[in-house]
Amino acid sequence: MGVARLIAVTWWFQLKQMTKAGLFVFTSIIEPLIFATLAYYLFKAGHRPGTLLYAALSAGLMGIWTSTLFGAGGAINFQRWQGVLEPLIASPPPYILVLFPQTLAAASIGLYSLASTLIWGRLVFGIPLHFVHPAAFVVSVAVTIVALGVLGLVMGSSFILYREANALANMLEFPVWIVTGVIVPVSLLPGWVHPLSWILAPTWGYRAIHAAALGGDPWPGIGMAAALAAIYFAVGQLFLIIFERRARERATLSLV
Amino acid sequence: MSYRALFNWQSPRFYLPTMLAGPSFQVIFFAYLGRYSHVRNDAFFVVGNAVQVSAMSGVFGVAITVGGERWTQTLAPLLATPANRMALFLGRALPHILNGFVVSAFGFAMGRLLLDFRPQLASLPTLALVVLFSTTSCTAFGLLVGALGLRWRDVFTIANPAYFLMLLFCGVNIPLSALPKWMQVVGSGMPLTHGITAARKVADGASLASVRGLVGKELLIGACYAAVAYVLLRVFEAEGRRRGTLELV
Repeated sequence: MGVARLIAVTWWFQLKQMTKAGLFVFTSIIEPLIFATLAYYLFKAGHRPGTLLYAALSAGLMGIWTSTLFGAGGAINFQRWQGVLEPLIASPPPYILVLFPQTLAAASIGLYSLASTLIWGRLVFGIPLHFVHPAAFVVSVAVTIVALGVLGLVMGSSFILYREANALANMLEFPVWIVTGVIVPVSLLPGWVHPLSWILAPTWGYRAIHAAALGGDPWPGIGMAAALAAIYFAVGQLFLIIFERRARERATLSLV
Repeated sequence: MSYRALFNWQSPRFYLPTMLAGPSFQVIFFAYLGRYSHVRNDAFFVVGNAVQVSAMSGVFGVAITVGGERWTQTLAPLLATPANRMALFLGRALPHILNGFVVSAFGFAMGRLLLDFRPQLASLPTLALVVLFSTTSCTAFGLLVGALGLRWRDVFTIANPAYFLMLLFCGVNIPLSALPKWMQVVGSGMPLTHGITAARKVADGASLASVRGLVGKELLIGACYAAVAYVLLRVFEAEGRRRGTLELV
């Protein structure tokens, strides 16, 4: 019960904190709207009117990754700058029970992206919001959020050792969008990229969401995303143990 | 030494992922998006995005250079000096013009290596010149963003939307003719729009003389942004002194 309460309170606190930060308001709402508008005009210029819902949906999913990337990738550095990283690591609860809800909150902020791009598409461009499998859509979004939160845990734990973690986060926005097929299908990418996309949970989560919204079977994607999330959690736990210990040995926890 | 200290972001561990790798991935992403949407060819997206990524330095770099003075608590001492303000801020912008050119050049190189972009060798010097002019104009816009950072405490709240709105309004990824009229009007007043159009023509084999009109417009727009930035810097400096807000972070 204590563990559940710790996770819930940390998640809620982080969510509220990020909601009030200008940077996250931009990355979770404004930036996705810009990409949704860009995708709309691009698809329209290319005469792909049947895929306008796809464009709005994909822009929202892009926003989920951006929120996760900057929130989770920056979680360690934010704590460093605030001077609370060392006390949090030294406190009794395992640090994973503090970091995971924070990365989950970062992924949850992505819901703002999804909602804003769909509403924007409906109000500004008249895109009909008809989902083929609405219940599966909700489940696939929830599973994708959790999978991204756990992927954020892996990223965040890796960044404990790196003072320039934000620089790495800056670099990973576009490549993950490319490799996970969030808007450009993986089938269009070179063959050597495909195995990389298969091991990324967002790939399967996005496929499930697209299938639930536009037609297809979302459940295989939901299953794969959930399975990969479980693997990521184990990997994240291992990384956290290793990198936390190294950071303590090198006394670099608090270095900014 | 103080000049180098202003650019601590040039550490390779920060510079490589932020200024080179990230922008290159942007070029690749939009080229593939263009393929999927059946709009133009790779060259269209490579040129547009490779020029636009100069804004990583021209907008973000300059914004941090000006706004960063507040974080390092050196803004008040800096503005307390009698140094000529035009020379002060234009001088700080100059390395960002050169850096923006490097970022763009790297984007072009990645486009050449990884995508279907094959400019004529003879067009490269002219293309480089057009990119340099575009980067200069973009940096002037970045000075304006930095000036606004003297008024608003978080310069990234302005720099981030500025960078991404360029992707939408400046013909980077969408042919200007495909945009609504009002967006075309806004885009025509933004930096990079005319430079990107000129760069595409040059990459297709046009001479510098044939794009001089576009280049001229680009430089004129840059000059206007530089002038407005200077006025705003002086106005916000005076306001900051009067309200005692120069050192607030």
